[in-house]
Amino acid sequence: MSFEILTFSFMHRALISGIAIAILCSIVGLFLVLRRYSLFGDAIAHSSFGGIALGLLAGVYPLWAAYGVSIASALIITKVKDRYNISGDASIAVLLSSGIAVGLVIIGLSGGFTIDIFSFLFGSILLVSVDDTVLILGLTGAILIVILLLYRQLLYSTFNEEQAKVSGIPVEKINYLIVFMAGITVVTSIQLVGVLLISALFVIPNVTAIMYGKGFKQTAIISMSLSIFSVIVGILVSYILDITPAGTIVLISIGLLAGTMGIKSAGLLSKN
Amino acid sequence: MLKVVEIKNLTVKYPDVKALDDVSFTVNQGDFLGIIGPNGAGKSTLFASMLGLHTKYKGTIKFFDEDIKKSKNYLKELGYVPQKPIFEKNFPVTVTDVVRMGLRKESDENKIDEILQQLWIHELRNRRIGELSGGQQQRVFIAKALVNNPKILILDEPVTGIDQQSIDLFFSILRELNSKQKITIIWSSHDLDAVNKLANHVACLNRTLFFHGETEKFFSDDKLVKQYSEASMQEHMHHH
Repeated sequence: MSFEILTFSFMHRALISGIAIAILCSIVGLFLVLRRYSLFGDAIAHSSFGGIALGLLAGVYPLWAAYGVSIASALIITKVKDRYNISGDASIAVLLSSGIAVGLVIIGLSGGFTIDIFSFLFGSILLVSVDDTVLILGLTGAILIVILLLYRQLLYSTFNEEQAKVSGIPVEKINYLIVFMAGITVVTSIQLVGVLLISALFVIPNVTAIMYGKGFKQTAIISMSLSIFSVIVGILVSYILDITPAGTIVLISIGLLAGTMGIKSAGLLSKN
Repeated sequence: MLKVVEIKNLTVKYPDVKALDDVSFTVNQGDFLGIIGPNGAGKSTLFASMLGLHTKYKGTIKFFDEDIKKSKNYLKELGYVPQKPIFEKNFPVTVTDVVRMGLRKESDENKIDEILQQLWIHELRNRRIGELSGGQQQRVFIAKALVNNPKILILDEPVTGIDQQSIDLFFSILRELNSKQKITIIWSSHDLDAVNKLANHVACLNRTLFFHGETEKFFSDDKLVKQYSEASMQEHMHHH
């Protein structure tokens, strides 16, 4: 086996997009995990399945339809949850199942499953086009800028909503912003790991990083590094062994988590 | 004397109970006001209303002569220390991170070190907040409340579940903030002795306000103190 695979341009695109998505998912996911909203990414991903089906039926580029449907349904469920006082986990269940239900009905109407649907369910990172890569880089850059600009507000309202309100932070607007960013991040990441494994990218590197990091920035950087490592190694190994990249990436990050737990129980890492 | 807070005819009704009934009082600049009252006396409701967290009330609340329903500017002059700051135990933030959350202008970064030193927690600055003891955490939250140089400090029963040594240190810090830095302090407490020692004004709350005035007047009036003790005793019995 040689380094020949690193000369393919599809591999360049896959690695560049994969690294951008790794960074994006770990930082947006960190806010979700700390808000006890870990499965929200999963719920948005499932609702994007409805959007993808809608796009395929209507002849619109499925990912565009997915962006629209996911962001809209994420914002609506957040509003409904606050309005009718539904708990976070129940609202996630509602969002998750409605997305799949809508998707299934639309697929039925349009004449059954196609190969396209499978690439959205399980990801197709080796197939990303130049346009996709540019879009992924652009969205990653935009979200990172928003997070840097609103860093204090995002962190404070995640840490303690009530105190953030007393400090004059518009907590509700910040909550919607996080939901909105999560919507964009999920659909952007579908190409890497597919609808079914999104929450792994949101949650696993962050759970691992929280065991190492002391402060917030340190934890975020550790999480991004773990995530980037899993994505690069996952893409390369899966290509060499001819297995699915999505599954490989997620298994590597689970391996890092398991390793960290091992180190921790052996007492080599300070207890937090 | 400059009026810092003015509360007029404040009434808060919950579906099954009247939490506050026609409460009126003022706080002047430099006051150290201890708000006492049994559990369920409406102290938390009073604070939530003053902090803008609870908005369904009748009456008016003014800070610096401005109705808080019209302007939220007063929040900039206010530091708040909650009863028990709720956060995830393994939330990955250091002491410095927490104090920085309170900081409105990022340019004032060196204020953080200053305030940490003042509260004797500078050596803890890189520790994760969840690793600290209750007393240490409390000082971190005071530091967060103080980092913007507030004119008013509001503290909600801030010694619940904290060891005596930390309580003593905490009281001496409060005394210094009030006497040297002229910060107006509004503090709710169960502890009559501590209020007697620290505060120069007392507001005695049991849904209605049955006393507001100088500390000496309250504690020299045996009838008032007895009335208060009976009210808290009843509450105590009720809870058992």
